[in-house]
Amino acid sequence: MQPHADLLIRKARVIDPATGRDEIADLLIEDGRLSRIGASLDAPGAELFDAEGLWLIPGLVDTCVRLPEPASGRTGTLASETRAAAAGGITHMAALPDTDPVADNPAVVRLIRERAIKAGLARVMPIAAMTQGLAGSQLSEMQTLKEMGCIAVSNAGYPVQDTLILKRCLEYAATFNLLVIFRPQDAALSAGGCAHEGPVSTRLGLPGIPAVAETIDMARILLLVAETGVRAHFHQLSCADSVALLRDARARGLPVTADTSIHHLLLDQHAVAGFNSLCHINPPLRRSEDRDALLAAVADGTLDAICSQHTPLGASAKLAPFPATSAGISGLDTLLSLTLKLVEDGQLPLMRALDALTQAPARCLGVPAGNLEYGRLASLCVVDGAARRVPGEGWHSAGRNSPWLETSLPGAARLTVCEGKITWQSA
Amino acid sequence: MSDPSPDNLQLTGTGRLRNFIGIEGLPRHILEEILDTAASFVDVGDRAIKKVPLLRGKTVFNLFFEPSTRTRTTFELAAKRLSADVLNMDIARSSTSKGESLMDMLRNLEAMSADMFIVRHGDSGAADYIARHATPDVAIINAGDGRHAHPTQAMLDMYTIRHYKGGFAGLKVAIIGDILHSRVARSQIRALTLLGAEEVRVVAPRTLLPADIESMGAIVCTRLEDGLRDADVVIALRLQKERMDSALLPSESEFFRLYGLTSERLLATHPDAIVMHPGPINRGVEIASEVADGERSVILHQVTFGIAVRMAVMSMCMSGRETERDDSQTQGRSNATTR
Repeated sequence: MQPHADLLIRKARVIDPATGRDEIADLLIEDGRLSRIGASLDAPGAELFDAEGLWLIPGLVDTCVRLPEPASGRTGTLASETRAAAAGGITHMAALPDTDPVADNPAVVRLIRERAIKAGLARVMPIAAMTQGLAGSQLSEMQTLKEMGCIAVSNAGYPVQDTLILKRCLEYAATFNLLVIFRPQDAALSAGGCAHEGPVSTRLGLPGIPAVAETIDMARILLLVAETGVRAHFHQLSCADSVALLRDARARGLPVTADTSIHHLLLDQHAVAGFNSLCHINPPLRRSEDRDALLAAVADGTLDAICSQHTPLGASAKLAPFPATSAGISGLDTLLSLTLKLVEDGQLPLMRALDALTQAPARCLGVPAGNLEYGRLASLCVVDGAARRVPGEGWHSAGRNSPWLETSLPGAARLTVCEGKITWQSA
Repeated sequence: MSDPSPDNLQLTGTGRLRNFIGIEGLPRHILEEILDTAASFVDVGDRAIKKVPLLRGKTVFNLFFEPSTRTRTTFELAAKRLSADVLNMDIARSSTSKGESLMDMLRNLEAMSADMFIVRHGDSGAADYIARHATPDVAIINAGDGRHAHPTQAMLDMYTIRHYKGGFAGLKVAIIGDILHSRVARSQIRALTLLGAEEVRVVAPRTLLPADIESMGAIVCTRLEDGLRDADVVIALRLQKERMDSALLPSESEFFRLYGLTSERLLATHPDAIVMHPGPINRGVEIASEVADGERSVILHQVTFGIAVRMAVMSMCMSGRETERDDSQTQGRSNATTR
């Protein structure tokens, strides 16, 4: 861990989606805090970082990651994964509670926080389990877990099926003004599925997960959100009909936000053709029309944020016939570059793309991050937007389960500062 | 992505068969070559000595991760008629279906100098996976993977159809029953459309039809009478009893009443229509006994042709590979000469 040395970043193109700022300027960090942004700043004794030709943006905020500690079935450590985050410009990440043991008690939450702090490379923000053991039958000690530092509650990939219990969860969470996060998916409609139910799954004979498995659960949740008034965020929406439900809920004034994964913005169901298990993710990659709808929704802000849905898996997890492989992509290393690829391809304007990685996800999670606010411990990233790299060379996550290892992608983080400390620096 | 396309997996550089994973990705002439080669093997079973020496000295492993006495037996018989040594491995699904243990098992078998794996597995994509991860020296033949493909069954069905109908042009084929779970139906649809059948109809209630099956070139009929009208070939699929437990159908008797093949219903077909079934049949569920044993039924001939078709596929994969090896050796020599 570096001490809080003062740092002067010079001649960067400072882009802050929170204020719309986009100008060449210097930025000064004093005692770890962002103190000034302006032309030709002078700071005797400060460490200098020449950022001419580079962008300076807020540190990325990832709403949805799975971390390997404490958990079986995933690979790596909090140290390896937070290093991947730092190298990818990510300073804050919300960690799902589906660890082993489940993050439904203070001991597990404390362990996650302490190991993350020891690694010191990114701010890990635990999401608490909404029900004990994620079993969907008994409330977790939500308020205690919030006081332990959890930023939200969620049942992660195990949606609460019993509607009465779900309603009670939301009522209890609303009582304490807790954010509730959902990955909507009807258990019965998705049971045994491993690919989008459509022409590709039919051709390959893969058990399907229909889009309606997501929308039926989302509709049920939205009705209960309206009933209880709880603040809700949806993780990883995957289809056009979910976007329509979200848009309608927003229009009715419901307090809901949502993200989608970067992979759903770049890939569709055809990515699994040839039984490519690296593209086996849940929710599955859907139709190109769904991808188009998700992109349009990110562009117009209906979908607030883009997440990595990081799931680091060991090699054996993908070494099996497709239906027997584990779902998930290791995503921290590529979140920034893949989003910049959308910009490069003309699918998203740069400012909105960066907003969906910084300010918007911080706002969804209700955390003070994702912008260049004066006075706060500085979290930011200096990006070489003109760089190209092949992610597989210099990969940081312990999980190499990514379909992007050999793809040339734009953008590279040159410097990452998380809460006043340099967590990543590269030539 | 760097994965080879399915046709690379199945064909040598000069376009000859080297693995047989599925119909998809194969050109029409390969299917025709399989049928023609099978024709030359059909009478081997009638000889006093039922063997040809094409696979002499080769070792064939039957890797059945899912039990199937019938399919395994026909492959075993086909391999033996080609003079291969055959080893049957009935692998309990629980012990080796996942990840590295499957890989370890393949490595072990490769170390025994295997030449060919005949693979039956409950997961779609298993044969594809093994072909990508096994040593390239071993030929992989798919004997059924999940719901994905059962290409030798489809080819023996094509052989049967060509035998009785002379060809595929202008044919209307109706496939009836549990299309959703059927690897046989998927491979049949592929083969029939590739070989030029006029119409491939799939006939089932919507609970047994996979999503977007039309995208494979099939015409959906939810009423049996629409499916059978003027059909030249009628294929009934086996209905597994467990479909009743998962609320896909109310009962066997209602299925038989609405979709079962009876003599009376067959009056709607072309007068020369043949009736096929991949077996084993459920009498009184998908097909009436009078039809299964009737004059239009060619079900038992399918079994006989099945051995010849499997001999054809095995010998073609082996000779495709030998040609490939010869070519690379020739190339190696000429390179050496150049130097």
